Amino acid sequence: MMAKLLAPEVFMIVKVVAVFIIVLTMVAVGTWVERRGAAFIQDRVGPNRVALFGKFRIMGLAQPVADGIKFFFKEDVIPANADKILFVLAPLIAFIPATMTFAAIPFGRSFDINGVHYFLSILPPATNIGVLYVFAIGSMGVYGIIVGAWASNNKWSILGGMRASAQIISYELAMTMAVVGVVLSTGSLRLDRVISAQTGLWNVVPQFLGALVFFVSMFAETNRLPFDFAEGESEIIGYHVEYGSMKFSMFALAEYANMITAAALFVTLYLGGWHFPWLDQWIWGSILAFLLKLVSILWIFVWVRWTLPRFRYDQLMRLGWKVMIPLSLVNMIVVALFLAYRG
Amino acid sequence: MKKEVKLSFWDRLYLPAILVGMGITIKHFFKNLFTPPSKRYTVEFPERKKDVPEWYRGLHRLNTRDDGSVKCVACYCCATACPADAIFIEAEDIDDLDESYPREKRPKQFIIDLHRCIFCGFCQEACPEDAIVLTNEYEITQLSRDEGLITMEELIKTPKKKMD
Ligand code: SF4
Ligand code: SF4
Repeated sequence: MMAKLLAPEVFMIVKVVAVFIIVLTMVAVGTWVERRGAAFIQDRVGPNRVALFGKFRIMGLAQPVADGIKFFFKEDVIPANADKILFVLAPLIAFIPATMTFAAIPFGRSFDINGVHYFLSILPPATNIGVLYVFAIGSMGVYGIIVGAWASNNKWSILGGMRASAQIISYELAMTMAVVGVVLSTGSLRLDRVISAQTGLWNVVPQFLGALVFFVSMFAETNRLPFDFAEGESEIIGYHVEYGSMKFSMFALAEYANMITAAALFVTLYLGGWHFPWLDQWIWGSILAFLLKLVSILWIFVWVRWTLPRFRYDQLMRLGWKVMIPLSLVNMIVVALFLAYRG
Repeated sequence: MKKEVKLSFWDRLYLPAILVGMGITIKHFFKNLFTPPSKRYTVEFPERKKDVPEWYRGLHRLNTRDDGSVKCVACYCCATACPADAIFIEAEDIDDLDESYPREKRPKQFIIDLHRCIFCGFCQEACPEDAIVLTNEYEITQLSRDEGLITMEELIKTPKKKMD
């Protein structure tokens, strides 16, 4: 059984399926955690009524299932003046890059059995494009938003899409420059090297500034509060006003998938990936450590969302261009000087 | 607009304030997480009922005498007082007049339209016989307009207030 499972092709398929299922499950559970967490933070109770087979309440964990069923059976409206092809395509364009990015992230230590090397990420970590791939695909996500906004042919959604694109582009700059620090100190774009370079000391300690910039930009990149300009569900109107039913939920899923990928990236780049004292000597331990870190970061996403109010648009831009980018530059220069000094 | 508030350097760093705020929210989170559902602010309705104050004006009740007959003497005071015109009464004569207990009328029909009623309690105030009272019953729902017309028989069966 084990030997069969370890045939390279089978192993690959198992990995892909497992990752896909785990990510999608996390998305579903994430919506639940978000709603119940929000409720508790605001002294409410949150969704706890939905029961499996009308009997088992399990703290409302069946809520995502009920939501999914609801979304499937809702009427699917395409506005008369919308660009039909793009309108249908946009949710997919938003969703696919969000899940694709995860392919490059190593989620556990690699191991050798019978002289064959097995790695726990979907793309071989030895490809030299690791970090580059993640950012290239990751920045595709904004197309989903812009295309969706444009195809709706609605002035409010276009404004929402404009806000989103301006925000994402300006924060992506800071984010990428913060990562340059990591790439410099690692000396490689390979994500497995990035992780192994953090043995003993996670990047978050020596590159605290970079980690901070990356962390803040992460919120902007994933359109989460306090930077949720694209959506602005509570006060302003976002890019998906015209969307409903499954297409709308695709955007929501994309947001959560983006969160997971961004969190995984933060864990990989700054929190030592699957490294964890004592735990990472086993393969399952390393996977567990990675998941633990991932879940903690995801919880911070939720936690921050229900703590901070939204920034104003000009404040957001000022923070991005006048604070985040200089800070990331400082981080980059400090790291570069340190490396040059060390030789 | 020029704001007069000068932020100190510490405030302008944002992060300390954000951390304090996150501390507050997580305190609420754990407080609610470890509070048993029966002690939370939210009263989860069908399982738990909220206690209403004594003066709460809920579903009407027609009081009865010791012998089981309705106290109402069909004087129309309540129907006259009702601002929502929710009470319909049809009176009838009592033929065998009891000398020791003189009454001449009683309602043949007594219908309250709960969908018109605004639960103001004027009927209770107007009634000279203490026949109609509003109880603390608040689970009043109907699936059709007709079910909202409740008759004398139902009004007699409304449970009394707890304190009575
Ligand atoms: S409570 Fe007010 S509205 Fe309702 S029946 Fe009595 S007088 Fe009319
Ligand atoms: S005021 Fe009292 S006694 Fe008179 S009709 Fe109404 S319920 Fe009957």
